[in-house]
Amino acid sequence: MMISDAMEDEEKWLAEGIAGIQHNAFYMHRALDANNLREALKYSAQLLSELRTSRLSPHKYYELYMRAFDELRKLEMFFKEEERHGCSVMDLYELVQHAGNILPRLYLLCTVGSVYIKSKEAPAKDVLKDLVEMCRGVQHPIRGLFLRSYLAQISRDKLPDIGSEYEGDGDTVMDAVEFVLQNFSEMNKLWVRMELQGPARVRDKMEKERNELRDLVGKNLHVLSQIEGIDLDLYKVTVLPRILEQVVNCKDELAQYYLMDCLIQVFPDEYHLQTLETLLGACPQLQPTVDIKTVLSQLMERLSSYAASSPEVLPEFLQVEAFAKLSTAIGKVIETQGDMPIVGAITLYVSLLTFTLRVHPDRLDYVDQVLGSCVKKLSNRPKLEDSRATKQVVALLSAPLEKYSDIVTSLTLSNYPRVMDHLDSGTNKIMAMVIIQSIMTNQACVSSADKVEVLFELIKGLIKDLEGDSEDELDEEDFNEEQNSVARVIHVLYNDDPEEMLKIICTVRKHIMTGGPKRLPFTVPPLVFSALKLIRRLQNQDGDVAGEEDPATPKKIFQLLNQMIEALSYVPAPELALRLYLQCAEAANDCDLEPVAYEFFTQAFVLYEEEIADSKAQVTAIHLIIGTLQRTNVFGVENRDTLTHKATGYSAKLLKKPDQCRAVYACSHLFWVDDQDGIKDGERVLLCLKRALRIANAAQQMANVARGSSGPVTLFVEILNKYLYYFEKGNPQITSAAIQGLIELIKTEMQSDTATPDRISDAFFDCTLRYIQFQKQKGGSMGEKFDTIKV
Amino acid sequence: MVLVLAIGDLHIPNRAPDLPAKFKSMLVPGKIQHIICTGNLCIKEVHDYLKSLCPSLHITRGEYDEDSRYPETKTITIGQFKLGLCHGHQVVPWGDLDSLAMLQRQLDVDILVSGHTHQFKAYKHEAGVVINPGSATSAYSSITYDVNPSFVLMDIDGLRVVVYVYELIDGEVKVDKIDFKKTSTPAI
Repeated sequence: MMISDAMEDEEKWLAEGIAGIQHNAFYMHRALDANNLREALKYSAQLLSELRTSRLSPHKYYELYMRAFDELRKLEMFFKEEERHGCSVMDLYELVQHAGNILPRLYLLCTVGSVYIKSKEAPAKDVLKDLVEMCRGVQHPIRGLFLRSYLAQISRDKLPDIGSEYEGDGDTVMDAVEFVLQNFSEMNKLWVRMELQGPARVRDKMEKERNELRDLVGKNLHVLSQIEGIDLDLYKVTVLPRILEQVVNCKDELAQYYLMDCLIQVFPDEYHLQTLETLLGACPQLQPTVDIKTVLSQLMERLSSYAASSPEVLPEFLQVEAFAKLSTAIGKVIETQGDMPIVGAITLYVSLLTFTLRVHPDRLDYVDQVLGSCVKKLSNRPKLEDSRATKQVVALLSAPLEKYSDIVTSLTLSNYPRVMDHLDSGTNKIMAMVIIQSIMTNQACVSSADKVEVLFELIKGLIKDLEGDSEDELDEEDFNEEQNSVARVIHVLYNDDPEEMLKIICTVRKHIMTGGPKRLPFTVPPLVFSALKLIRRLQNQDGDVAGEEDPATPKKIFQLLNQMIEALSYVPAPELALRLYLQCAEAANDCDLEPVAYEFFTQAFVLYEEEIADSKAQVTAIHLIIGTLQRTNVFGVENRDTLTHKATGYSAKLLKKPDQCRAVYACSHLFWVDDQDGIKDGERVLLCLKRALRIANAAQQMANVARGSSGPVTLFVEILNKYLYYFEKGNPQITSAAIQGLIELIKTEMQSDTATPDRISDAFFDCTLRYIQFQKQKGGSMGEKFDTIKV
Repeated sequence: MVLVLAIGDLHIPNRAPDLPAKFKSMLVPGKIQHIICTGNLCIKEVHDYLKSLCPSLHITRGEYDEDSRYPETKTITIGQFKLGLCHGHQVVPWGDLDSLAMLQRQLDVDILVSGHTHQFKAYKHEAGVVINPGSATSAYSSITYDVNPSFVLMDIDGLRVVVYVYELIDGEVKVDKIDFKKTSTPAI
């Protein structure tokens, strides 16, 4: 209630003030038109008296001030035209000092002063010096600030700068500098005087008001930065020390923060680089509550951009030892501000790291040093719980990954894993994913076992259960994503040299074996295939590599593979293990290692017998076994017989008759390999096909009994196709008579009363007959063969 | 003009980390009308990726696929052509053209798309055309050594299909094309 009342009052007072100004302005204009100096002065003084109010907040006072400002411009023009009022500027300067109250007096004086300087009847420096001292007469903060701001505004283009028209014999840039510095100092003192005392509500209001006024003070620094005559030396020797002196001595938190920030913004980066020590030296002297880390971050940000935009200045950075100075300054700030929350310290390190990566990317020692400082700060503390601090640590760790596209560079930073250790397990995993993502995006490759070791240390949160892992919330999708990422990264661990590659594989194996049953199905397969690829590479090499004490051989790798796949039995994952055993069997076959291949087949069969009970899984598994066995040629007669016998045996024992039939005729291919030296046992092929036929018949009869109608003839057509296959290949046991018989059988079945019409089998049969026709029409030996078959 | 992408045997992440970057940049959504995939993706992520390229996605089951609900075979009609899809590990001997021809007759399709061997093949026989798009990631195969990443794009236009095979050889994408025309089937 009271506040809105106060606001209403303020509005009222402002309106009154504006009305007052307008009222007096009207008469002042009349006086100006009449060239009446006396009247003009009288009404302008009255107008300016409105600015004597102490009832307005800075925001509202500004509005009033601007009105007055506009009127003073008209007055100034009048003052300049001496012929209109007949008073010399010197006399004018004297005359206006007769104004009754000090504030209007000083505004008028400044206005005349502007004209005075322009007339060049007196040196600029003298006038300016006089004005800046006279303004001391107003000590009220708001009124004083706006008055001095007026002085700054009108003097801006009249400073005795180098190359300016006001640069006289005695006037040098030093005078301009002195003037501005003095105005600045006085304004800062006034500003700081607006003390934050009293109850909270009053303090908040005061702080808001102070903030509204800050640009008036900061403007002076801006003006300084625009003075052409200030070179690096002058800045170093005079300007900067004086500014810093004022900043430090005012002991005001608000002012210090704002002015440091302003200082960094307005002066060129080149200057900051060369005065780094002085600038940084001021930081510990500031009030302990000043948010110095933001200031420092700003500074580093600016310097980084400077380095990025002008690479030719990089040697300067090294010469002034920028990194060392910044690093030390940050250390000091963190030390002195003992109650700075951890997120503050880490944010500083992030800024420093960003700076280092942009300015000195080749100095990995610097990068590691920053990480090391962070580690020191984090030690002897419990794991981070503040989510903001955690975020900053992630930012810290991500920065090198983004900068260096080659992951190996980041892996050489000795302090990197130490920082990671301080993350809680959830964030640790996130960071591990970030690392893997970086590797995949940059298509990086890790090619030494040592570096692989470091990498797996870093991502250990994904590889195994760590203490501190929350037992319950294991989101399945997240988990799968994590493990799939690990699987992917295994493929980029590679070295051309087989020995080193084997070392890499062993290192990875060591780590993934600690993962437990949930992780193995994800991590074992990629490693298995990595090893198989290595074996393939070694296949072409012969014998031992001379000089190698422990050469990588396929045999050795197969032993490793065996152990790796065996680990899957703890999951358990029999179907996956069976597939992997078969892959190894085929690879062993290609390496001519009969016992090894046999061993792998044995393992596969054992799994089939003991672990795979699901009928659908059995069908796929047996086909995989048959398919693999069909391709192996390394076995001697005995071994081969044992394995094919097993395969056909299991085929016939599948649950559903159609599955049995198909598996059995698939087995026929075990006895016929189309290669030059391939086995071509026509009799056993026929045995298989006949067996398949018997099973198909039995299936039909069962269907008759169970459903009252026979099943589709598809199986018969499939077997017919197989007969045709071997007939073409020249298996003497397959006669055209047998084929003819089958064709008739199928036709009979299709036309029988109990037949279930099936469009698909019909089409299949038609296609097959078309095929036979096609072969007949081929002519030559094929045509002859098929000639005896009637369709 | 209907564009059909035939792709498969990616084996992500068991045998390969990802599709080659050059393929990824070529396969953009909205350009293809159908995707037929021989199988062995192997994870849902890859399924989702293919689905994002084209909503009409047909997949058959490979022996390493995470999702065991994909069918063993599938037939699709596109324009004048009947296409059949099957991973191929079910057809013994693996890669045997005559055995694949039998499958083609069984499915009664003009074009049979099948994989498993990771080797690109496209040829015509009495019953129609057999296409193997190879492995899009050149994943390890016990059957074929030294494969290049490859996939196939079919342009079906009336009775004609142009088969474009994209192969990544030494870091460059090379394209080859084969023309097939469908003739009317002779009656028996």
